[in-house]
Amino acid sequence: MPNSYSAAARSTWVRRPHRRGVTAAIGSSLLLATTALTVASCAGRDTPARYELGRAATPQEIAALDIDAAPDGHGLPPGHGSVAEGAALFQQKCQQCHGANGEGMAPAFPALVGRDPKGEGFAFAKDPKINKTIGNYWPEAVTVFDYVRRAMPHTAPGSLSNDEVYALTAHLLAANKVIAADATLDSASLVRVKMPYHDRFVKDNRRGGSELK
Amino acid sequence: MKRRDLLAGAAGLIGGAVLAGAPNAAAGQQRVPSSTPPVLPPPIPDDPTKLQGAPTSQVGTRSTFVTPTRTPYGEVTGSSLTPLQDLTGTMTPADLHFERHHAGVPRIDPAKHTLLIHGLVKRPLVFSVADVQRLPQVTRTYFVECSGNGRAAYRDPKPDMTPQKVAGLTGNSEWTGVPLRVLLAEAGVEASASWFLAEGGDACVMTRSIPLEKAMDDALVVWAQNGEPLRPEQGFPLRLLLPGWEGNTNVKWLRRLELGTRPWATRWETSKYTDPLPDGTARQYSFDMDAKSIITSPAFPRTIVKGWWPVTGLAWSGRGAIRRVEVSTDNGHSWHDAELHGTPLAKAHVRFTHQWKWDGTESVLLSRATDDTGYVQPTRAALIKVRGIGTDFHFNQIVGWRVAADGHLFFHGES
Ligand code: HEC
Repeated sequence: MPNSYSAAARSTWVRRPHRRGVTAAIGSSLLLATTALTVASCAGRDTPARYELGRAATPQEIAALDIDAAPDGHGLPPGHGSVAEGAALFQQKCQQCHGANGEGMAPAFPALVGRDPKGEGFAFAKDPKINKTIGNYWPEAVTVFDYVRRAMPHTAPGSLSNDEVYALTAHLLAANKVIAADATLDSASLVRVKMPYHDRFVKDNRRGGSELK
Repeated sequence: MKRRDLLAGAAGLIGGAVLAGAPNAAAGQQRVPSSTPPVLPPPIPDDPTKLQGAPTSQVGTRSTFVTPTRTPYGEVTGSSLTPLQDLTGTMTPADLHFERHHAGVPRIDPAKHTLLIHGLVKRPLVFSVADVQRLPQVTRTYFVECSGNGRAAYRDPKPDMTPQKVAGLTGNSEWTGVPLRVLLAEAGVEASASWFLAEGGDACVMTRSIPLEKAMDDALVVWAQNGEPLRPEQGFPLRLLLPGWEGNTNVKWLRRLELGTRPWATRWETSKYTDPLPDGTARQYSFDMDAKSIITSPAFPRTIVKGWWPVTGLAWSGRGAIRRVEVSTDNGHSWHDAELHGTPLAKAHVRFTHQWKWDGTESVLLSRATDDTGYVQPTRAALIKVRGIGTDFHFNQIVGWRVAADGHLFFHGES
């Protein structure tokens, strides 16, 4: 499907006649004439493949905004941080909202830590009161890194260094009993972390139509 | 301003100690006491035909007798619901369209705002807002509904819920913008691309992963709503508009689109906006909003008297157009086809009305929507059976209003 778009994008300012079915059947000289006629008879209604708007993005511009990290490791920056470093940072920069042990402060500030025993077994659909935390719900470890880097701390988003984000991610994963208490994380080790309930997540399996699912 | 309210709210909820500890985002945003006294509206004359009226004005205001309001809630990550009971027709006035955001409403200078398109494209491009506005534009009517809409009424229905409280996280507007496929053609999509990441320019730099098919289908990048530039809380100056898909994917303050080969598993498609199910799985990337309807009038907290009443409300489906809305006035024992106002548009609200004569006996008013894929809005019990009471998003159960013998209306959530 995307192929057709790339093909269209390849030739700049190719004027596409309005009625493709008809013009395909006629000779190329006629096609040119038809095209010219189309352009002349309804100026402004022709459709180029591109409008040549926007300007080229520089690699620096892209790098400045391109902060996303994906579960396959794409976009994870260099750097590293230990659980211990993360624990210290958490006390400085995070506990005032999320609690000293990441227990959260309802309703505004979510719990980050806690393997609520009722939640083990993924019983969330049966009981809305079970707290979802990183340890008992989140399917991907990289998401912790990506989110903390872009959005936290809430009052100074985007202020953490990459090393700090690795350290905080390590602390949050260790506090949720996902990695060892003496671990250090970098891009390679973070990608290898498998979240306890990763396999519970399924892509949308509603199929449309009359079925209730 | 929002941030001030937000922190004030937080202080009320969790105590000032936390705020003292949190860096002071509120400083510099305190309300400056105004020196000009508030202008009071002139008194209402007994006979308006005997007095010259008010002069013309730069910006119109609602009648002082008409005061619909949203319901700002949430000190840190806010939502504010559409007053469905105060509206007629299908369009939601932009200033009453619900808002939901995860890091407040950013203030953005449109002259500085840009949209970057990169990743699996032939030509990474930066668009100014003015550039985007020079591309071929379309105007379309679509609803936007938060997928959390109706959670309280689903999990814990209470008699004193209003239409706003039950289903106010939806709004319907005329949007103007450029088809996303036209914008992407400027950059030239690589054949290997199958998903894209949409990123907002707010303080959480919110991101969602979207299948490329949607971009090539009906996705828009819009800059106008109901005839004027987007309101800040609706994404000024640019917003992604994905017709029929859960509100959160309609990324506001859009600043970046990155094309790739798989979803990114952002926080808003893992921790949030996923649906735990009774079989111990959680549904992810569940974009479509299922067909739904609600009677918006008469409703709690109103009282009615015996006689004729229009039972009216809204219906919509993220999968297509509404084909039929039925109304029951006897708690679902019998159903009547309601009249649809105009031809229902795909992925847009449609207004329905059923003219009903109340005889003064206790009644329950319900509405049930069917869309053009054949999907019928389910009862709460049927939905709980397939999704569980604790499921977190996508609530489209049949709801209604109990009319007590004295004419008082109460929310009836147990369909
Ligand atoms: C000023 C208060 C505040 C501070 C300080 C703060 N946070 Fe947060 N945090 C929040 C709020 C509010 C949310 C919820 C945002 C939302 O709902 O979108 C949140 C959400 C989160 C989440 C996502 C939780 C979930 O369940 O989805 C993580 C992870 C997180 N914060 C980590 C951190 C870390 C790490 C720090 C320290 C560097 C930090 N936070 C500092 C207020 C704060």
